[in-house]
Amino acid sequence: MTTTTSAPATTTVLDASGVTMRFGGLTAVRDVNLTVNTGEIVGLIGPNGAGKTTFFNCLTGLYVPTEGRVAYKGTVLPPKPHLVTQAGIARTFQNIRLFANMTVLENVLVGRHTRTKEGLWSALLRLPGFRKAEEESRARAMELLEFTGLAAKADHLARNLPYGEQRKLEIARALASEPGLLLLDEPTAGMNPQETRAAEELIFAIRDQGIAVLVIEHDIRFIMNLCDRVAVLVQGEKIVEGPAEVVQADERVIAAYLGTPFEGAPGDAEAAEVEAAEADAQSTTEGDDK
Amino acid sequence: MHMTTETPMDKTTGTTKVSTAEATPIIPLPHPVARALVVAGSAVALIGTFLAWTWTEEFPGNLTVTGYPGGLQVLTLFGSVLTLLFALSGYGIKGLGWLTPGGKNSPVLLAALGVFGTTGYAMGAISQELGGLVNLEPGAWVSGIGALIAVLGALGLPVDQPYGAGDPDPNLWGRIRHSLTAPDPGRAKELPSWVEILIIAAGFGVGLYVFSYGIGTEYSELFIGFLIIAAFGFTAVTRAGLLKRLSALTAKHRNVTLGAAFAAAICFPFTQSNDQFALIGANILIFATVALGLNVVVGLAGLLDLGYVAFLGVGAYAAALVSGSPASTIGVQFPFWAAVLTGAAASLIFGVVIGAPTLRLRGDYLAIVTLGFGEIFRITMNNLNGNSGPDVTNGSNGIPQIPDLEIFGFNLGVPHDVIGHELTRSANYYLLMLVFTAIVVMVFRRSAESRIGRAWVAIREDETAATAMGINGFRLKLLAFALGASLAGLAGTVQAHVSYSVTPEQYQFAGPVPPNSAFLLAAVILGGMGTISGPLIGAALLYLIPAKLQFMAEYQLLLFGIALMLLMRFRPEGLVADRRKQLEFHETGQLDVPEDKPLPEGATGVAKAGA
Ligand SMILES: Nc1ncnc2c1ncn2[C@@H]1O[C@H](COP(=O)(O)OP(=O)(O)OP(=O)(O)O)[C@@H](O)[C@H]1O
Ligand SMILES: [Mg+2]
Repeated sequence: MTTTTSAPATTTVLDASGVTMRFGGLTAVRDVNLTVNTGEIVGLIGPNGAGKTTFFNCLTGLYVPTEGRVAYKGTVLPPKPHLVTQAGIARTFQNIRLFANMTVLENVLVGRHTRTKEGLWSALLRLPGFRKAEEESRARAMELLEFTGLAAKADHLARNLPYGEQRKLEIARALASEPGLLLLDEPTAGMNPQETRAAEELIFAIRDQGIAVLVIEHDIRFIMNLCDRVAVLVQGEKIVEGPAEVVQADERVIAAYLGTPFEGAPGDAEAAEVEAAEADAQSTTEGDDK
Repeated sequence: MHMTTETPMDKTTGTTKVSTAEATPIIPLPHPVARALVVAGSAVALIGTFLAWTWTEEFPGNLTVTGYPGGLQVLTLFGSVLTLLFALSGYGIKGLGWLTPGGKNSPVLLAALGVFGTTGYAMGAISQELGGLVNLEPGAWVSGIGALIAVLGALGLPVDQPYGAGDPDPNLWGRIRHSLTAPDPGRAKELPSWVEILIIAAGFGVGLYVFSYGIGTEYSELFIGFLIIAAFGFTAVTRAGLLKRLSALTAKHRNVTLGAAFAAAICFPFTQSNDQFALIGANILIFATVALGLNVVVGLAGLLDLGYVAFLGVGAYAAALVSGSPASTIGVQFPFWAAVLTGAAASLIFGVVIGAPTLRLRGDYLAIVTLGFGEIFRITMNNLNGNSGPDVTNGSNGIPQIPDLEIFGFNLGVPHDVIGHELTRSANYYLLMLVFTAIVVMVFRRSAESRIGRAWVAIREDETAATAMGINGFRLKLLAFALGASLAGLAGTVQAHVSYSVTPEQYQFAGPVPPNSAFLLAAVILGGMGTISGPLIGAALLYLIPAKLQFMAEYQLLLFGIALMLLMRFRPEGLVADRRKQLEFHETGQLDVPEDKPLPEGATGVAKAGA
């Protein structure tokens, strides 16, 4: 918020203010403010259970936030997922949620739903324009599959793709709705270093198309490479926000990561990473796979 | 000969644990010996069908004539020919290779088992009905022993699929089951398209023949024999890869296929001179059409509707009320087209009224609420009798004496001569219903292959993800529900006329007569969810089997339940697999589940994208 953006004519794509989500006694997200501007890649990090996914769900209408409001390009979004997508926010899921028994191409076509109009009558009577609209959708979907490198697998069932490709397909499907803002929930979880690097390239390419990106990730190096700005969520609260290097050096962040003793292996790995990154700020050459 | 083959089998049973999992047959015979046994056995079984099987005509079908197979003998004859062909194809005889593009030996075993089953059943039925084995003439023994030899020989053929390296040492049962599996056929040679179309036509010809044979079976022994040989024959043909080949062709020439299917369906009444069988045909069509409508709701959108028959009822009642029946409480007579629209519109409204509050529920809740609404419909129809409520439907008496339809001066109630064949009343209605079936098939196909259909499937697969993709879940579910309802209503308008009367008891949740909610759902699941041909085939089977086996009416539902359980255990995707389900096997030929571990190279494409 109080940061940078020296580029000319940046507009605010996403403006979430005072978002709070309570589940009974548990406050999973507490009064979080966050903005994302055009042409930006913003990272959202935090230990497990910090409320990152819950925050995403609040943004996309899957949860109705207890308090706060979410605005996209100046208009306040109603908490209905399909209207949010219609407005221009697309997302992927932390635990992949593809349409497993549909083909890769069909998955992307479903993503086109909000950008096409043909209703039931048009389909039943094959009204003029139906075929054309279908063909256009298909062409656009194939373009996206080319873009994500899945074109060769267009006719395969989504469930039969290897894990890394399923993640890519989720991104292609999200892009099909022609979003202005893309929310990625741990896009590299379970990927090996090679695939992670490819995912970085992909996200840069998406940004270059003018789509703002908000990404949740545990892989610090990935976040460092990618993000213009990073926000840190700890126990539902945003404790720091700023350029990646600044955030990385922040004591509160280190404390938050190190101060979670019960965490399993992934958490420990990350804590170690933060430490290592701090030790030599320039390059961490160590392998980072979990 | 036959003693020597049995001894090794006993040995195998004892030693399976020791022998490692290699592709040894179940009975270790030299390959040429085994195949010769099959050929000889099925030839003997075939010859037996030309001999007398019993001495008296008391057993139906007249199996006493020498030189002329009749009744159950015909089934054995067909089965033996099939076995023989499959077995000979394995010799690499020119011109027969096309029979077994997939499995080579499992079809032989299955066909042989079918012959053995039918013949054995026939022998058992003769002995049982006439009182003892003495009633069997030598011909029956000849066929029976021939069939047994063929089965034993077939068990000695090498299995089609080698055991995987990591497979645990299977027991005998596991080995037998394994010997019934087969690999998928490879890609077929390109043929000129007219040849392919002829093949499709021939396929439908065979299908129509088998189907009309089943409908035309006049006594239950023959029908049971038919079921046995048809089930084994169907599986054998599937294992041989012929079905895959045919469905590849039909997928390629879809419009031709649809045309051929309807041509075959139009031919059906011309093959039947008996009004009874044409009526069965018409009822099957009604049942099948409603099942296809339900498939929109269940198969595409994934909404479990347990009260679907109510929509058929609404359509039928609406049509009956405006049919001009003297028993109708509104004394109007709409022309047929208006009655059809009324019926469909009434069902549509009913669908929306029920759907709007219930479709916000998911899964089990929806099933229970629709079940409740289905019953509410029936009870309401019972109560609108002037006693418990206003008199609209005559209560449990229903609306009888629905007049026959007259379309363009063509009275469907009386027989007509069409190209030298007399079309009876039922045949007329059959043909009318066929038009409606065609409409529903078209609606299903076109909606499934559109943005709307994809949205339905997406909702079925993962509703949360679907809404996150911008799909208005509630609206689309309501649309599916309403469309399904109006399709059922459409069928109901014809059903009212076919059955002369509508009563509340026709529209139950479960009952012995097919169009009820449980059977409709069973037809969809049995046939194959999300497909067009699946529910049609499922409905035909579910209608025919109870209609033909009336002697076991008491156990019908029990048997039905058992059959359904077996099916779900062994072929959960239904008889006709969805294109998507077929794709599960499409890439590697194995059922693969995405692994949790990523593959080492999955990153090739993105580099390009980033560039
Ligand atoms: N629907 C829900 N009902 C109740 N509690 C919930 C619900 N969803 C999330 N929570 C709780 O909210 C907290 C935040 O969870 P969330 O999934 O947002 O964490 P996260 O930051 O995404 O963690 P991770 O890095 O493990 O994905 C957790 O304590 C979780 O148990
Ligand atoms: Mg999360």
